[in-house]
Amino acid sequence: MTATAVVSGPTTAGPDPARRRWTPAPRAVPYAFMVPAVLLFAAVFLVPLGYTVYLSTQRTAIRGLGLGAGARKQVFDGLGNYTAVLHDSEFWHSVLRALLYGCILIPLMLGLATVFALILDAQRVRLKRLGRIAIFLPYAVPTIIGSLLWGFMYLPSVSPIDSVLHTLFGSSGINFFGQHAVYLSVANIGIWGGTGFNMMVLYTALRALPQEVYEAARLDGSGDFQIALRIKLPMIRPSLVMTGLFSTIATLQVFNEPYTIHTMSAGAVSSTWTPLMKIYHDAYTGQDTFLGSAESIVLAALLFALSFLILRLTSRQTFGGEPR
Amino acid sequence: MTTVPTKHVMTTSRRPRRVAIVPTAVLLLGVLYTLLPVAWVVVASTKNNTELFNLSAFRPGTAFFDNLRQLSSYRDGIFWQWMWNTAIYAGGGAVLSAALSALTGYTFAKYRFRGKGFFFNLILVGVLVPAVVLAVPQYLLVAKLGFADTYWSVLIPSIVSPYGIYLARIYAGASVPDEVIEAARMDGSSEWRTFLRVAVPMMAPGLVTIFLFQFVAIWNNFLLPWLMLGSDTKYPLTVGLYTLLTQGTATPALYTVVIAGSMLSIIPLVVLFLLLQRFWRVDLSAGSVK
Repeated sequence: MTATAVVSGPTTAGPDPARRRWTPAPRAVPYAFMVPAVLLFAAVFLVPLGYTVYLSTQRTAIRGLGLGAGARKQVFDGLGNYTAVLHDSEFWHSVLRALLYGCILIPLMLGLATVFALILDAQRVRLKRLGRIAIFLPYAVPTIIGSLLWGFMYLPSVSPIDSVLHTLFGSSGINFFGQHAVYLSVANIGIWGGTGFNMMVLYTALRALPQEVYEAARLDGSGDFQIALRIKLPMIRPSLVMTGLFSTIATLQVFNEPYTIHTMSAGAVSSTWTPLMKIYHDAYTGQDTFLGSAESIVLAALLFALSFLILRLTSRQTFGGEPR
Repeated sequence: MTTVPTKHVMTTSRRPRRVAIVPTAVLLLGVLYTLLPVAWVVVASTKNNTELFNLSAFRPGTAFFDNLRQLSSYRDGIFWQWMWNTAIYAGGGAVLSAALSALTGYTFAKYRFRGKGFFFNLILVGVLVPAVVLAVPQYLLVAKLGFADTYWSVLIPSIVSPYGIYLARIYAGASVPDEVIEAARMDGSSEWRTFLRVAVPMMAPGLVTIFLFQFVAIWNNFLLPWLMLGSDTKYPLTVGLYTLLTQGTATPALYTVVIAGSMLSIIPLVVLFLLLQRFWRVDLSAGSVK
C-alpha cells in the first residue's frame, strides 16, 4: 500500500487533493461493475448455503410401510438433524481424526517449510534455484494424482521404499496401511504436497526483511545459524501464524488424500474417515441429504470460527490507504 | 537485492567464502524427497503389468509405448477427452475468474460506493469458507435445478474466486495510479473503456498470478466435478483417473494404464509451472506486491 502513497504523493499536492481525486466518477458505475460478482457470489455461495440450511431442517416422514407414491414425504423437523449430528459419535470421531491428522501434518510440514525457506535465504548455500523449483513443484500436481502416486508407492508389491529396504536389510516391509501407520502415510502425502507452497510464502516474507539487520548481527560475530534463529524467525512470525492457521483450516476439510487411500488400501481408511468424507458419505452415498446438510453447516460453522480468527489478524493493516 | 554486491565484497574480505555443506545437503535431501514420486511414476510408466509387480522399483521396463497405446485406446481414447475437459475447466474457468477478479478488485480499489465495506467483508468470509465445504451444498442445489452433469455445473462455481478478488484489489491499488484514471476521464474515456484499456494492462502481471492460482485451484478441486458430473465424457483428468483406479482395484491390469495416465497428466502442468515461474508470487500478506 505504500506504493500507492508514493506514486500519488507529488501529483496530488494541490489545494484539496481528496476532492480533486474523486469528482468526475459517475455514481452508478461502481454498482454496475459489481453486478457480475454479486450475482455469481450469490449463486455460488449464498443461495447454496441458504438452501442447505433449509434442507438441514427437513426430514423424510414415512407413512404406513413406506411403499407407494405418497408414502414418503418431506416434512419440517426443526433442529432434529442438528441433535442427530451432535449425538453422532462417528461425525465427531471424524473431526478428531482430522485433528489428529493435522497434529502430525502441520508441525512437520511447516517445520520443513521453515527450514527450507531459511536455507534458501541463507548465504553460501549452493543449488538454491534447483531446491526452490523442485520443492515447490508438487504444488502443481493435483492432490488426487499426488495421492495416487504415493498410494502406489505404499502398495506392498510395487513400493520402491519397500524394495530399497528389502535389498538393504532383507526385511520384507513396512505395512503403510497399518492401523496407526496409515495416519503417517496420509500425512506424508499432505507434507509432500504442501511444504513447497508454505516454503515459498515464508521465503517471500524473509526476502522482504531489511538486510541491514543481518549485517549488524554479523559484525557482532553472530553466525548464519544464530541469525536465522534469533533474528529471521521472530521477524517472520506473522507469516508463520498465517500459514499455521490456513493449514489448520485446510486439514479440517481434508478429502482428496484419505479418499484416494480409502480406495487403494482396502479398508485401512474408512469411508467416513474425515468430516468431509462423512458428509459425502451421508449426503451422497447414503441418500440422507438432510443429515448431510446439517453436518455441512456444522463443519462450516467450525471452519468459520477459525476463519474469524484469521480475519481479525489480517484485514486491518492491509487496506488502510484506500477510499472507503 | 542491490546491496548484494557490496555485501559480497565485505564478506570475502573478512572470511573465505566456503559452501555451507550441511544446509546444502538438507536442501538436496528435500529435493530428493520431492522428486521421488515423480521419478517413480516416470519409471513405472515404462513397465507392463508383470514388470510392475516383479521388477525392482527403479529399473525401467519395456512397455512404455504399449502403455501409451493402451491408455489411448481405453474406451476409444476417453483419456484425451478428459485432458481436453481439464483444459476447458481449469483454463476457461481461470480466464473467466481472472477477468471477474480484475473488474471487481478494480472497483473495490478505485471507487467509493455504498455497501463497499459490507461487500468486501462478505468476500473475505468467502476466502475463508473454503470451496470444498460448499461443494456438497452446491451439488444439492444444482441437482434440484436439474443442471447436474453439465459443463456449466463445474465451470460456474469455479469462476468466483474470493481470493482472486482480494488479490486484484491489492494489485489495482498498487499498480493503477488515481491520476491515470482521472486523466483518462478528462480525455472523455468512458469508465468501462478506462478499465479495459488503461487499468487492465497495468494490472496484467497480477492478473497472470490470479490466473495461475485459480488454474491450480480448479485443477485440484476433485470433489466438485466428482459430485456434479455423471457421464464420464465430461470428466476432468483427476476424476477420470480416479474412476480408472476404482476399476483397477478389481482388475489390476488397469494399474499400468492409471500410472501412464498419471504421468501424462502431470506433464502439462509442470511445463506451465516452469514457464510461468516468475508469476508465482505467494506473499500472503501481499503488502509488498510491487
